[in-house]
Order: sequence, then C-alpha cells, then structure tokens
Amino acid sequence: MKFVIKKLITLIITLLLISFLSFTAFSVIPGDAALSRLGKDATEEQLEALRDKLGLDDPLPERYGNWLSGAVRGDFGESYRYEGITVSSLLADRLPVTVLLAVTSLIMILIISIPLGILSARFSGKWIDTVTNQLTQIIMAVPPFFLGMILTYVFGLVLHFFQPGKFVLPTENLRESVRYLLYPALAVALPKIAMVIKFLRNSVISEMKQDYVRTAFSKGNTDNAVLYVHVLKNALIPVITFLAMVAAEILAGSIVVEQVFSVPGLGRLLISSITSRDYPVVQAIVLYVTAVVVIMNFVVDILYQVLDPRVKTV
Amino acid sequence: MFFKKYLKSFKISCFFSQICYNVKDNLIMREYYEFERKQTMKKKHLLSGVMALLLSVALCACGGDKGTEVTSAEETKSEAAAEESSGEESSNTLSAGTPVPGGSVIFGMTQDLASLDPHVETDAGTRDVVFNLYEGLVKPTSTGDLVPAVASDYEVSDDAKVYTFTLRDGITFHDGTPVTIEDVKYSIDRYAEIQGESSAFSIVADASIKDEKTIEVTLNESYSEFLPMMTLAIIPESNEDPVGSPIGTGPFKFVSYTPGQNIVLEKYDGYWQEGVPSLDKVEFKFIADVDTAYMELQAGSIDILKYLTTAQAETIGEDYNIVEGSMNLVHGMYLNSGEGPLSETKVRQALCYGVDRDAINNFLFGGKSHIIGTHMIPNMSKYYEEKAETVYSYDPEKAKALLEEAGYPDGFDLVITVPSSYSQHVDTAQIIADQLSQIGVRTTLNQVDWSTWLEDVYKGGNFQATVIGFDGTMVPSDLIKKYTTGDSKNFMHYSNEEYDKVFAEAFATIDDAKKVELYKQCQMILAEDAAAVFIEDPANLVAVRKNLAGYTFYPTAAEDMAALYQVAE
Repeated sequence: MKFVIKKLITLIITLLLISFLSFTAFSVIPGDAALSRLGKDATEEQLEALRDKLGLDDPLPERYGNWLSGAVRGDFGESYRYEGITVSSLLADRLPVTVLLAVTSLIMILIISIPLGILSARFSGKWIDTVTNQLTQIIMAVPPFFLGMILTYVFGLVLHFFQPGKFVLPTENLRESVRYLLYPALAVALPKIAMVIKFLRNSVISEMKQDYVRTAFSKGNTDNAVLYVHVLKNALIPVITFLAMVAAEILAGSIVVEQVFSVPGLGRLLISSITSRDYPVVQAIVLYVTAVVVIMNFVVDILYQVLDPRVKTV
Repeated sequence: MFFKKYLKSFKISCFFSQICYNVKDNLIMREYYEFERKQTMKKKHLLSGVMALLLSVALCACGGDKGTEVTSAEETKSEAAAEESSGEESSNTLSAGTPVPGGSVIFGMTQDLASLDPHVETDAGTRDVVFNLYEGLVKPTSTGDLVPAVASDYEVSDDAKVYTFTLRDGITFHDGTPVTIEDVKYSIDRYAEIQGESSAFSIVADASIKDEKTIEVTLNESYSEFLPMMTLAIIPESNEDPVGSPIGTGPFKFVSYTPGQNIVLEKYDGYWQEGVPSLDKVEFKFIADVDTAYMELQAGSIDILKYLTTAQAETIGEDYNIVEGSMNLVHGMYLNSGEGPLSETKVRQALCYGVDRDAINNFLFGGKSHIIGTHMIPNMSKYYEEKAETVYSYDPEKAKALLEEAGYPDGFDLVITVPSSYSQHVDTAQIIADQLSQIGVRTTLNQVDWSTWLEDVYKGGNFQATVIGFDGTMVPSDLIKKYTTGDSKNFMHYSNEEYDKVFAEAFATIDDAKKVELYKQCQMILAEDAAAVFIEDPANLVAVRKNLAGYTFYPTAAEDMAALYQVAE
C-alpha cells in the first residue's frame, strides 16, 4: 500500500514538472496562437481581440496558474485553434483511436517477437537465427514514417487489402476499424518487434551460460525443458522491462504513423496543435503521454516483483 | 551487455532516419542538377540526339509490333490533349459525358478550416470551402466579374460613394426563413465591427435601410473598388451560433464539421438558382500531408485533389482527369529592403537578373506556370501589366556587373527564410540559392515552421529574404497596397516616393480607364525598382475523378462545388 502511495506521489510530481516545463517551453518558442488562427490578413484589432479573449497577454505564472486550477478539476479549457470546442471533447474523439492502435501493435509485438526471439536463441548460429538477425537489423534501421509509406503502397495500392484514407471510427464499426488499423499498427510494431527479438535472443543466450543451466542439464533435462522451464523464466525479466519501455514508445511511433495513414488519433492532433500553437491541446496530450509512461513504469515495478521475488519493495 | 547492443542498433536506426531526412532535402537539388544537365545536354548534343533518334527508329522498325503499339498510344495521348485544350477554350472547364443528377464528392484539402464564421478574416483554404455555404449581395464568377446574388440588382452613384442594393425576391436561408433587409444590415454591421477600424472596410460610413427591399451603403469617400467587398456573407440575425451551426444562402448547407477530419455539406433544395447544385453531398476532407493525400487519391478515398506536382499528374492513371489552371498566387522571393545590401536598388536588380525564372518554372511546374514580373495575378487581366514580365531576363553577367556597381564585387551573404511546411517554397528557395551562388551571392536557407514565419517574418519584418506566394481578393489595391511606405502589411520595409504617389492617385481615381492605367504604372515601378524577385503564378494541376465534370477555376479563393456534376461513365 505504501508502495502504491509513493508511486502516486511520484506520478503527481512528474506531471506537475512536465506540465510546467512544456508550458514554459511553449511561451519561449516563437509563434503566436492568435496569428496562426487568423492568418496573415488579420488586422491588429482582430489579433488584439483574440489575444485578449484567449488571455495570451497575461504573464506566464498567471496563465499557468489559471491552466493548473482548471486542469486539477479536469477542465482543460477551450482549444485556441477551434473556436468553441473544448480540449476534452477533442481528446475524447481521438483517444479511443490511439489506444486501439497502441493495443493492436502491442499484441502484434508480443505474438510475433517472443516466439521468434526464443527460436532464434534456440537455434543460434543456424540459418533461422542468421535470417532473423539480418532482417531485424534492416527493419530497425528503417524509420517508421518510411515503413508506413511502404506498407500503404504495398498493402493499400498494390494488393488492395485496405483502402488508404477510408478509416472507420471504432465507435461506428469496431471490426472495420481494427481491420484498417492492422496496417498502421504493423508500421508501429515492426521496428519494436525487431528490437524485442534481438533483446530476447541475447537475454536467453546469456542466461544459457549461467551455472544453474549446467545443473539443469546435468540432471538429465532435454534442451527444450531447460529452455522453457528454467531459462525462459529468468530471461524474460529484463525483456518485460524493455517491453514496458516499448509500450511507452509506441505512443511516440504512432504520432508519425497516424499522419501517414490518415488515422485521426492523438498523434495527428498533437502535430497539428503544435503547428497552430494550440497550447491547451498540446498541454493535455503531453500530460496524457507522461501519465502513460509513468504508469507503465509503475506496472513494470509491480510485475518485476511478481516475476522475481528477490526484488523487494524499496 | 545487451543494453550496449541495443544502444548500438538504436544509434544505427537514428543515423539512418537522419539520413532519410537529409536525403529528402538533397534529393530535390540532385534532381534539379540532373534536370539542368539534361537541358544543357539537349542543346549541346543535338547531333547525337538526331543519331539516337535514327537509331531508335531503326530499332522500332526491327521491333515490328511493338513500334506500332507505341505510336498508337501516343496518338491517343495527343487526342486527349486536343480534347482538353478545346475544353479549355470553351469555358476553362472540363465538359464530357452526360450529366447525371445527384452523387457526391470528397474533396481533399491539406489544411483545416480557420473558422466557420464568415466575417472573421480567414485563409484562402477556408474561403475555398465556405464559398459553398455563404453568399454576399454580389458574388464572384469564374471570369473574375461580380454578379448579383443575395441582391437582385445594384446601383452605384456617379461619384462611387453610394451603393444601392435591391434584395432578391423569394431568397431564403438554409433553415427556410426568408432573407430580410434587416439580415442584410445586420451582416454588414457585424462584418464592419469584426473587421475593425484599421481594416479596409472602415471606408463604409453607414448602411441604411431604405425600404424592405432596398439598402443603401454610403462610403466616407469615393471608392470605385468597393463592390468586391460586398461579397461579404449575408447571415441571419436570428442565428445565435454562427460558428457552431452556420447558416447562409449558398448552394450547399452545413451538415457537420469534425476538427482535423472533415466538413460535410449537403444540397440546399431551396437555392435561388434553378437546377443548382447538381451534387447531393460534398465532403471536404482534411489530410495531414501532401504525400498522404496523393496516396488517398490513388486509393480512391478522395475524388479531387489540387496542387499536384507534374510527376504526380503524369502517374495518376486513367481514373482521373487532370485539369490545369493557376494557383492565383504571386510567387516570388520577397526582400527586406529596409537594411543592408538589399536596401540598394542595384543589388535587388542584380538578384532579379541572377534568378532564372524559367528554370524554376520548368523544373517545378513542367513549364506550365505563368512567369510574372510584378505583383499582380495574370488572371486579373484587366489590371495585369504584361510588360513587366520582360523587364528582367536571366543574365548572370549583368547581375555581377550590377553588384560591382553597387559596391559588392565579391557578393554578400544572404539568408532566405522559408516556411518549411510548403515544399513548393522550400524547393524554389533551394534552386534560387544555387543560382545566386553563381553571381557570388552566398545564400543559406533558414527553414522555419509556419507560425514562426508568420510572427518573425510577416509580422516582425525580421528577415533578409523569404520565398512565399501572395494570394489576393478581386481588389487590385489589396495586392499592391503593401508596397506603400509604412503600410501595416509592408513587412518588406519597402519605400519609394514615386510609388506612394502613383498608388495614392490610382486608389482615389474613379474613372475606370485612368485607374487601370495608374495601377499598371504602379506595377511597372515595382518591377523596375526590383521591389522583389517576382517569379511566377504557379500552375495548379487538379486531379478530378472521371465520373465528375464541371470543375471550375476562380481568380479568387473559391472551390465551387455547385458547378460540379456527375457524368455517366
């Protein structure tokens, strides 16, 4: 219990720090939200009126205070960019899409990388290991947006497995939505799959050199028994930490991929909000991402204890 | 240990993505060099070209069937080209097949709307869309004229001070209520209030209702360019939420708007023009970037996409017609003449001689753009001064001589600030940088994002040179007023006494012929004084799905979906 409370306090402090940092960062970089919205033909009066309405001319501490007092009550205010639309409603439309995308790619990572990682460790040095090794090396080097374009081209325009741009919202038709998301999810997942395979393979191979493995073999265990009963349990511990990092990273990867596949998720919103200097929206998304990362780490800490009883709550 | 390995692969991946980004930038230059090389090769090796031709003819003859196939394909191609040009002659639109009522269109846009409030100043992209929702007392046509819309008739007093409009009989808003003269007054007053004192609209002294069909707009002073301002949207006074649920009198009515995704409109059955619109439903879909938009076009998720590159237009395939028009932009390199070497006319002229406009046009637009020499859109043919096009020609030697005369025999350093999100501007700037290096001007590119550009360059006037395109309304003074000394939009710090004088005179003149003459004079001053390096009005290649016809270009920001109709395939 104490552990949970401690973690919760860490979460809150992190969120506060991050929100303050991003708030300051945005007041330092050039660009004016009012100007972005009204464009280059706006008159000085129109700009003044809008700045006044949005409170852009208030000093930084005051603006941060106003924002914070709203955020604590769950009110993230109105978007600067879209007149009369609240940040919460903008996020509410997009959150399910991004979560669905993240979950789909996480599942892909798990079901593809773990078997392949074990396989390539089991047959290390054999052809199957060499092939996966080379493939993972290549895939890791390809940036997600490029991978996304290749996938769109191959699966969308050549094979017609899906129609780029014809995304259906999950609230309208979940099955169709997931069917479309398979491809962006693949673009997000592939580089991570490659990383996890490599990581798992190395982890298993180095575990294999441990003393207890020799003992297990000397007791008459077969190769498979040693691997699945003894080694894997230990080899998976660092992999799980790594997977949590990957889960957080999926969010970052999906920002670019959403753009390429025209998926109306948080990532696309984040990019357009930064371009139009829509701080309230950026703030909210940054907070959300931070929260996910911190909570992920928290989950890992707990998992760690479950998997490895030697690790005690510090 | 594995962390190390992971780190290594991570580094590799970072390295590669970095390369990818760099490559994207370098690629355009490499393509450009290649292109230039080919051009010079063309000239130099005419003879070998002829040889190659002979050889290929011989090969074709050997190939037999293959050869005939090639010619037949070429024939159909030229046939199609002929069809297109004849279409252009008739009405600048595509006309083929029999119209079928109904149907829908998805129009791809690469930017979201600024606001649905028609009275708030917005960008061209937004005006393109809301053109279908709202109408003013008068509205623009594709030929650049103004025709009565919400008004059925108008009258201008001889001194161009009083404009009288008669309300059209039986015209209704999208909610079915009739348009009243009070709504008209309300709209004019609301527009004036939102635009503010410093706007051009402050010239209006008063809008007064004469009777239930007539309204009289009085100006503070005579101004014969006022009528285009009366394209301001007429909206109902009773609508309490003009942004959230917009109501107008246009051919399409509002259905829904999802920020960042789309806006959906449907046919308004009570539209005052009989038989218009033909389509039942129109969707403007916002797509994050141009490459994605092109992919969606290929996949058939959108029906119309503007601003294709020449390469895209060539590869799009049979499902689409390519309609050619112009972007109605004054595209050029604008210079801060307030300080440094650029404050000297000779230096600016040297830049004009040092930039090869044809090369830019050929490379980026397949030679389809209209080369310009001053700040006016060629489609505004009444005012456009053609003579300005030939003031400068590409002449690096003359440019060097001018630089030497101005006291810069070794050239100078020039930073071009460009908005990074517009590849057209970035590509142009890169080509210019390369060309200017040949006359000794050491040019570097500074890419900034759009918001930064707006604040630093456009509002702050804090730059040396920038590549950008200016759009315009149908009012000529709107385009060139920014060159007058101290104008609020004069971000170039340009100042020329003679220009100020002629512009002021042109602005105040009522007599049409004399006004045109003076505006042309203004344009010549801008050209000869090298106020900026004017390049072109870029070609606009629009892909329109084969089942649609009637796509129409306007000389102002308008995507007229009412002109579109479905055809039998």
